[in-house]
Amino acid sequence: MKTICLYFEIHQPVHLKRYRFFDIGTDHYYYDDYENERAITETAERSYIPSLKAMLEMTQTYGKYFKVAFSLSGVAIELLEDYAPEVIELLQDLSKTGCVEFLAEPYSHGLSSIANEDVFKEEVQRQCKKITELFGQTPKVLRNSSLIYSDEIGNLAGMMGFNGMIAEGAKHVLGWKSPHFVYSCAHNPNVSLLLRDYKLSDDISLRFSDSSWSEYPLMSDRYADWIAQLPQDEQVVNLFMELCALGIFQPLSSNILDFFKALPAACKERGIEFATPSEIIGKTKAVAAMDMPEYVSWNDEERDTSCWLGNHMQREAFHKLYQEAGRILACQDRRIKQDWDRIQASNNFRFMTTKPSSVNMYRSFYDSPYDAFTNYMNILGDFIKRVQDLFPIEVENDELNALYTTIHNQGVDIEIYEKEISSLRARLAKLEPKAAPEKKAAPAKKEPTVKKPAPKKEPAKPVPAPKKAAPAKKAEPVKKEAPKKEVATKAVPAKKAPAKKAPAKIAPAKKAEPKK
Amino acid sequence: MKVLMFGWEFPPKIYGGLAVASYGITKGLSLQGDVETTFCLPKPTGEEEKFLNIINMSQVPIAWRDANYDAIKDRMIGHTAEDYFRFRDHIYADFNYMQGLDDLGCMQFAGGYPGNLHDEINNFSIIAGVLARSEQFDLIHAHDWLTYPAGVHAKMVSGKPLCIHVHATDFDRSRGKVNPTVYSIEKNGMDHADCIMCVSELTRQTVINQYHQDPNKCVAMHNAVYPLSQEYLDIPETRRPEEKVVTYLGRITMQKGPEYFLEAAKRVLDRTHNIRFCFAGSGDMMNAMIDLAANYGIADRCHFPGFQRGKQVYECYKRSDVFVMPSVSEPFGIAPLEAMQCGCPSIISKQSGCGEILDNVIKVDYWDIDAMADAMYSLCTNDSLWKQLSEEGIKEVDRITWEKVGLRIRECYNQLCGRGWFNNGEYLNAVKDIR
Repeated sequence: MKTICLYFEIHQPVHLKRYRFFDIGTDHYYYDDYENERAITETAERSYIPSLKAMLEMTQTYGKYFKVAFSLSGVAIELLEDYAPEVIELLQDLSKTGCVEFLAEPYSHGLSSIANEDVFKEEVQRQCKKITELFGQTPKVLRNSSLIYSDEIGNLAGMMGFNGMIAEGAKHVLGWKSPHFVYSCAHNPNVSLLLRDYKLSDDISLRFSDSSWSEYPLMSDRYADWIAQLPQDEQVVNLFMELCALGIFQPLSSNILDFFKALPAACKERGIEFATPSEIIGKTKAVAAMDMPEYVSWNDEERDTSCWLGNHMQREAFHKLYQEAGRILACQDRRIKQDWDRIQASNNFRFMTTKPSSVNMYRSFYDSPYDAFTNYMNILGDFIKRVQDLFPIEVENDELNALYTTIHNQGVDIEIYEKEISSLRARLAKLEPKAAPEKKAAPAKKEPTVKKPAPKKEPAKPVPAPKKAAPAKKAEPVKKEAPKKEVATKAVPAKKAPAKKAPAKIAPAKKAEPKK
Repeated sequence: MKVLMFGWEFPPKIYGGLAVASYGITKGLSLQGDVETTFCLPKPTGEEEKFLNIINMSQVPIAWRDANYDAIKDRMIGHTAEDYFRFRDHIYADFNYMQGLDDLGCMQFAGGYPGNLHDEINNFSIIAGVLARSEQFDLIHAHDWLTYPAGVHAKMVSGKPLCIHVHATDFDRSRGKVNPTVYSIEKNGMDHADCIMCVSELTRQTVINQYHQDPNKCVAMHNAVYPLSQEYLDIPETRRPEEKVVTYLGRITMQKGPEYFLEAAKRVLDRTHNIRFCFAGSGDMMNAMIDLAANYGIADRCHFPGFQRGKQVYECYKRSDVFVMPSVSEPFGIAPLEAMQCGCPSIISKQSGCGEILDNVIKVDYWDIDAMADAMYSLCTNDSLWKQLSEEGIKEVDRITWEKVGLRIRECYNQLCGRGWFNNGEYLNAVKDIR
């Protein structure tokens, strides 16, 4: 039985404002609020709300037969929360029907997967947390920004605990192979890959309303026929697109939603099923490993990263941005963290492309790629200056990374101690049955607010570990970092262990920094 | 195909951009092999390249004199003594009343742009009548407004199609306050022309809107550049990473917008210390600019090396990190192309015609000094942007050749000679493959 896997991306970048070099150091607000509000409300009204409503209707009509998956970037969630909360509510309603799966993706919709592993992990975890909070389900399948994928990223996803990823079924990678099978990551057989069928996906997202297209007008019967007529053993059809395709790329006046609503009925007649990515990965075994040593994405004809990192300017901006990753991860400043998410978005790099195919591309308010670059570098200049001001300039990046590792490791330590404490408390509770009800409840619920104060004071005294001798002052940053790191990687990579000691020696110098 | 061309300047004697453009156009046409150009100049030096026939308007008789072949054959510069006698046979009226006739019955031209320019333009047109009667040609092509009356006269006499080439209009030169005499000469020329070639779409729009011409007979014919000679290529690049140079090169006059450059310079210097600004050129606003720089307290960072000629221009480009052309109104503006040939990225105003055919430059509105300052700063601080524009700029400008311009002009000629009228829409369709 053939299965359709529908997936929609929901992402909107935060638009940057015109920022001149003489604003560097004086103005730390980088966004065009008017444009952000306008863009997100317009997208919500024209596309997100009508199409999500249609899907809600479909789940009611077809029950559990219709399945769909979404991924939302963190920055888009923030924008939607601020300007179009109705979209979030609709998604929550959809989530309750049980027909919807939410996927994980980097919070910023940026290129961190190419630049920095730590940043990437942190971002994905943050987005997962946000999804869990909003929709009550924890993503199990990862999709990277613009479907960027390579063997290494696949492996990384496996290490982070995901059992699948979705990627582009790019022709130059697939060759004679078909995207209609489940493959596995070449570096990690536990990670299954779903590859996008770009032909069938683009028929909807790009060509649907094109009257010069030979298949125009496309009806859902014919579309379902195409899928039904695929060779017998080709079982999975992955239709991945942006949610904007319904309503913006293909205007509502083209009756795209009617097509979409009629699709399940047409498929049902022909014995085609719908499923979410996890369901497919759960029940279908990978037929083979898929080698993708180079980065592949769903952008442009080349299906690679050239639209973000194709020219000198883009690469310089990219390197400058991620150079400071260590400092940013180590810092606790919420505004910096938020700016970091927003300026990482891959859209900012896309505006700088000079590819010939980009002639009529949407470039926001920028005149040219050079204009986009100049504006971005000015903002980046200010941002980096703020980050560097957080920590004295004498602190080398290596040193800082070491410091970051220490904090990270201490977070892990604290987690261990916490467990120890709770088990000791449990034992204590058994010995003192009187106090039992309250104390047992607390650790069981895993409520961080209750738990935090306890480990804070106690580890300082009873843990006489050598590197912990000093942390009296340092305790502050560690405390804050700790709860986040709990969720983080369980095992600290072996190579990082020796770094633990080095920073401890020069510790006094650095102790003061985080306080500033 | 024979073309009778009227021009005012031609290398090696260069007064401004007109000479370079005239050379490029005739050279581009000559490369096609079957176009024979007769180029009429007020006062050639005799050292012009020989790929076209030069006619010396100072030696075309308009009054009959009894000249001896042997006596004059060595005096001829440009055309020959045989040509002289042929022209003499076609004198069409008695011009003996005119002042300034020499012993050969010719009017002398001072060359360049003297005070009695209007007289010279008139004389030029009288002589054109003689040429139109004695020469065989299929088409008339007149460059710049000085030669429009000659072109119109030749058309009246011969009935051949007239093509005029608008290198600039008086609206560009005067920021809107046009000289009525000049305007009337320009308008008359355009009214009589069968095809109006404008050096950019910007100029084309001026011609359509200010001179009320039919858009269908106006065509945007962008200029090009010649590849650098080995001598110029060999000039070493003397850019220094520790100190950047931002250059303005051109006449320091109202049309070119030097004050915007200075305002932008001030903004940049408020924030940085390792950038110098170079004002190369001379002009009526030079002293005002020096004064203004001193007023702003940036005179130590602004340099005024004066007028640059020949090789100096290229040395200047090769020493500069950024070239800026903030023109308020520039019909075409060939300087940025030359700077790009030297690997120097350019910032140009959106009011410059050359911007229409260039992608690897930064375009800003001439009045937007914030944007201009931002672009200067960005080019001086971000090496990747500099490198991108420098490398891609050279590639881009290498693709803009006079040869292609020649092919496009040929397309216009074919339309004009084939059926006597010109249509821009059909032209655009015909040349879309010439890239």
